[in-house]
Amino acid sequence: MSSIAVVTKASPLDALQRWLPKLVLAPSMLIVLVGFYGYILWTFLLSFTNSRFMPSYKWVGLQQYQRLLDNDRWWVASKNLMVFGGLFITISLVVGVLLAVLLDQRIRREGVIRTIFLYPMALSMIVTGTAWKWLLNPGLGLDKLLRDWGWEGFRFDWLVDPQYVVYCLVIAAVWQASGFVMALFLAGLRSVDQSIIRAAQVDGASLPNIYLRIVLPSLGPVFFSALMILAHIAIKSFDLVASMTAGGPGYSSDLPAMFMYAHTFTRGQMGLGAASAILMLGAVLAILVPYLYSELRAKRHD
Amino acid sequence: MNAMTRLATAVSLVSLMPLAALAGEVEVLHWWTSGGEKRAADTLQKLVEDKGHTWKDFAVAGGGGEAAMTVLKTRAVSGNPPAAAQIKGPDIQEWGALGLLANLDSVAEQNQWDTLLPKQVAEIMTYEGHYVAVPVNVHRVNWLWINPEVFAKAGATPPTTLDEFFAAADKLKAAGFIPLAHGGQPWQDGTVFEDLALSILGADAFRKAFVDLDEATLTGDQMVEVFAALNKLRGYVDADAAGRDWNIATGLVINGKAGMQLMGDWAKSEWTAAGKVAGKDYQCLAFPGTQGSFAFNIDSLAMFKLGDAENRKAQEDLARTVLEPEFQQFFNQNKGSIPVRLDQDMSSFDACAQKSMADFKEAAGNGGLQPSMAHGMAASSYVQGAVFDVVTNFFNDPQADPKRAAQQLAAAIQAVQ
Repeated sequence: MSSIAVVTKASPLDALQRWLPKLVLAPSMLIVLVGFYGYILWTFLLSFTNSRFMPSYKWVGLQQYQRLLDNDRWWVASKNLMVFGGLFITISLVVGVLLAVLLDQRIRREGVIRTIFLYPMALSMIVTGTAWKWLLNPGLGLDKLLRDWGWEGFRFDWLVDPQYVVYCLVIAAVWQASGFVMALFLAGLRSVDQSIIRAAQVDGASLPNIYLRIVLPSLGPVFFSALMILAHIAIKSFDLVASMTAGGPGYSSDLPAMFMYAHTFTRGQMGLGAASAILMLGAVLAILVPYLYSELRAKRHD
Repeated sequence: MNAMTRLATAVSLVSLMPLAALAGEVEVLHWWTSGGEKRAADTLQKLVEDKGHTWKDFAVAGGGGEAAMTVLKTRAVSGNPPAAAQIKGPDIQEWGALGLLANLDSVAEQNQWDTLLPKQVAEIMTYEGHYVAVPVNVHRVNWLWINPEVFAKAGATPPTTLDEFFAAADKLKAAGFIPLAHGGQPWQDGTVFEDLALSILGADAFRKAFVDLDEATLTGDQMVEVFAALNKLRGYVDADAAGRDWNIATGLVINGKAGMQLMGDWAKSEWTAAGKVAGKDYQCLAFPGTQGSFAFNIDSLAMFKLGDAENRKAQEDLARTVLEPEFQQFFNQNKGSIPVRLDQDMSSFDACAQKSMADFKEAAGNGGLQPSMAHGMAASSYVQGAVFDVVTNFFNDPQADPKRAAQQLAAAIQAVQ
């Protein structure tokens, strides 16, 4: 008798329990579907229209892409992304790995030092950009400091030089991100089996050799994660440029994200902006798809 | 039961609220958020509330109105625009073409806007012959700001022609001052370019180039001359100008580090804030060679179509209030601009504003009154953006070729049309 009562009482709860995860996930799923994939689709459609000030649906085919490829500023932005992305990713990885290896030597006060290196990541890019803008400004920052100290001939004016301004962006971005790469690699290094290292030591391998030949090659997945994260930071970089140079001098430090924002929202060229956004998405996918493909294949082999 | 009663009371109270605000409500989207501008906007609010209406403030700060425009677009797309929004220049035509703007003809007729406003201004405020917006103020862009003390130290005289301008700049440079305070931002580069264009091309060709977008004028010899002058002018700007804000550049002139600045009359607010007096501590001259011309930049409030009759009445009262002498005086004294009414009493304004008003009237009569390209009054924002790209790239390129730049300018404008 009592057991029947329990069953009848529990059954609606059971149903609820079965539906609850789906119910709870539904809103966020809906938001992702509409707000993310829905708008990607909309942007894609807009890139084939003559939308200017407001969205319109007059079809113009590939004309916006044609105009984009004829646009000098777009090429400057794309070239800057290549230079910025390439240098930013490489230097951040090298500096991050180096810091991680040095921190891995069981030194004293490691926790404090690790926090210091990781801390820039806690700042937003806006803050980083503004601080470095002041530091690198020739009339106010490092340049002026060294000259005031008596180093009269010193001139470090990359920030106002159209040829070199993109390297200033690299400096600031590396400062921000290399601590994070360090943390990733440090976690990886700690998970390496100590017995392998000891075995190598017994065989007489030097410390640099152990790291270069044994430890780092085993950190492939960490390397890939770091690469993915850095690559997407580089492509979506907007706030750093906006706060540090606003694309200047002229438009010499423009990046595709800045280009997209300016054309879509301030210049009333929504179609052109949408086309540039789609090309940026293409760039991200070009990196992401091979990566996902290799990841999924690797799992199947396991 | 008790809860039910309370709920019922609440519901009936809420439904009574609109009755209480019988006189209607105006929601105004604007970005008058800094110091003097905020005070100016508050006056408008008070004047509207004195007429018995409710003011719903919708201030969106940041980015010279970019943020506000983004918000306005989303509101308009969702079919719920505010009563009035700060929209200017050719953008009014864009909004008009979307069929979203209200007709203000009856207010305009009652208050004789046609005689109050210069023809060139009225043209901008109308869409297909109907008033859809109301002008708030007039800024002059082609000003040259001078620190007389620095000029005296360098032995330079205030210039009236372009040659004298460069001669004065040479003297300032020789005396160790920064000749020209400038900030390397696209719109500031554009402002300097516009002043030079107005000086070299003259008002008629300026109009042909930047309003009619005539290709022959854009690539002509005179335009090449404008770019050559811009190239020469760059030599008088200090090396750290890149990215500098305009008010910091004004600060350099105020502090006596630089001799002059090319900037619109909003720069006056910086001088006023520093406690300086127009005509004594600083001088405002029309940019050399543009004495009879007046490149204008007008802020305006465009009115959106509304459903509710009471709100529509409030909206019309707002439009009326904006052009009343009382508001025009207070607002413009706080903002550094001049009133848009030709019959305004200027006796309580400072020397620069009085000169500006005199030039405004003169230019309105002789065709020298031209819309500012650099401030989005002459052409659509996409043409403006294309011009900025070419000009700012030219200004920052050490190997810049004036002839090629003129070709690029025409090509860039062609490409966005």
